[in-house]
Amino acid sequence: MPEPVIVAQNLVKKYQDFAAVDGISFEVAPGESFGLLGPNGAGKSTTMRLVGAVSTRTGGDLRVLGLDPNRYGPEIRSRLGVVPQADNLDTELRVRENLLVYGRYFGLPRAQVARRTDELLAFAQLEDKAKSKVDALSGGMKRRLTIARALINDPSILLLDEPTTGLDPQARHILWDRLFRLKEQGTTLLLTTHYMDEAEQLCDRLVVIDNGVIMAEGAPAQLIRTYSSREVLEVRFGSDLNADVAAQIAGMGDRIEVLPDRILIYSENGESELVRIVDAGLTPITSLVRRSSLEDVFLRLTGRTLIE
Amino acid sequence: MTAEHTGAAPPPGSVGDRAIRSTRRTRRWGSWYVAEHRFLSLRAYAQTVTVTAIGNPIIYLYAMGVGLATLVDANLGTDAVGGVSYLAFVAPALLCSAAIAVASDEFTYPIMIGFKWNPVFFAMNAAPIQPGQIINGIVIAVFVRIFVTCGIFYAFMLLFGAVPSATGFLAVFVAVLTGLGFGVLLMAYTATLTEDTGQLAMVMRFVILPMTLFSGTFFPLAVLPVWLQWIGWISPLWHGTELARVFAYGLSEPLWLSVLHVLYLAVLLAVGWAWARRITARRLNK
Repeated sequence: MPEPVIVAQNLVKKYQDFAAVDGISFEVAPGESFGLLGPNGAGKSTTMRLVGAVSTRTGGDLRVLGLDPNRYGPEIRSRLGVVPQADNLDTELRVRENLLVYGRYFGLPRAQVARRTDELLAFAQLEDKAKSKVDALSGGMKRRLTIARALINDPSILLLDEPTTGLDPQARHILWDRLFRLKEQGTTLLLTTHYMDEAEQLCDRLVVIDNGVIMAEGAPAQLIRTYSSREVLEVRFGSDLNADVAAQIAGMGDRIEVLPDRILIYSENGESELVRIVDAGLTPITSLVRRSSLEDVFLRLTGRTLIE
Repeated sequence: MTAEHTGAAPPPGSVGDRAIRSTRRTRRWGSWYVAEHRFLSLRAYAQTVTVTAIGNPIIYLYAMGVGLATLVDANLGTDAVGGVSYLAFVAPALLCSAAIAVASDEFTYPIMIGFKWNPVFFAMNAAPIQPGQIINGIVIAVFVRIFVTCGIFYAFMLLFGAVPSATGFLAVFVAVLTGLGFGVLLMAYTATLTEDTGQLAMVMRFVILPMTLFSGTFFPLAVLPVWLQWIGWISPLWHGTELARVFAYGLSEPLWLSVLHVLYLAVLLAVGWAWARRITARRLNK
């Protein structure tokens, strides 16, 4: 097995008494696409800052590209591409200038930066916008420009913190397509998300994080197999009735979760569970049979939904 | 444990080793890259910069040095301000004030922008740029802007016939030192602000404006009652102005006082610069 590009052992980051990251360990192999999945405040972004060598760990050990961030911060950062949660493009500069200026920060010669900038504007589908002001771009375009900027140094690892949060579905799909291309080219991706569909699309492997600790680790399909059933039946009886009905159907399926707005019945065969409910004389307002997702894994592990 | 796991240098040829070699340029030149960035950003408000640099000297030298001077010279003669025309007296002070004005622009809102409103400092720091280099780069860029502004101002002083002494050009350097010495302190203070709830406007109104009025700018400090003179003694603008006057028209003061002016401004510069670097390092490392 090739030497991992990121090795975290018992990593801890505390703010006064509060441990944002509370002893997490993971390894990321070169070319791998690794995800940190968890709700807001789980410690994902803090982990990203630690790996990004812009935050000093409180405890544990961390190596990025074989280097200790405490000692080799700028060196590690020279090989990373960082896409932060909130865009921090320079709005005083034009689109193209944002890339030119950023390339210089890596000590790259002007001509090389200019060449790379043109390639990346094409990659980000922003060639027409090269001379636009940043504020004139749509949310999706700004994200693509931020990703282009993160790629200016041809990084070994690309860190993406909630890359598609706040984007409309079309913009998300365009972005996923670009990220998938990077993955195909062999770029190592480390991404955080609280969207399970995003994690399923992009991650080879992921860890589920909650309250600064790792709850589970594995490939998306493997996690679903381990922590959930094949199918899920979702039924709604109306907010007032869900709890009562849940008592009546207790014992159906492998497991039942009652959420404020619906009941989830985990089962190998959702349709047959629905038949049993109807046979019991109950009439749901809506019903839906779907495959289990990472959302269900998270619910199982933490008792909470990802987006609350 | 391999060498890599002890925080020691990575083996030659490894990714880590290549990273170390490719980062040498940024370790050395990072501050200049930041300055480059600032110059590019300046273009967004190039008009303001140009109009201030050329318009200010004309307006102030004309209003104070010609308009007000006519009144002062006619009523009090040259005795009023130490044996020179009021124009010659007030011009070095206006020059230093111009430096302070540029410093007040460049070391306040652009710092709030970089940390908060459009957090480009975090973007720089996500690249191999270190917090101290961000501060250095800003100081370099502002130095250039103040220097050019003061150079233009001085040219107008010559044009108005406001510089009797041949050593007058040295006043430009004094003004630059004044602007930077005061400015870096202001930058450090601004860097401590996580929210602008009017603090900067208060600084403009209750620090910079009184400083301009009570630093021996428009009248000698000695004219003020003693209990107000301390404002001048701690004011970087007073130290700068007095020294600029020494060079511009040969204001007579003891040598130790001139040396003190330089020292005072140099210490402010050193302390403010170091303080700003520290705060920035703390703020970016979250």
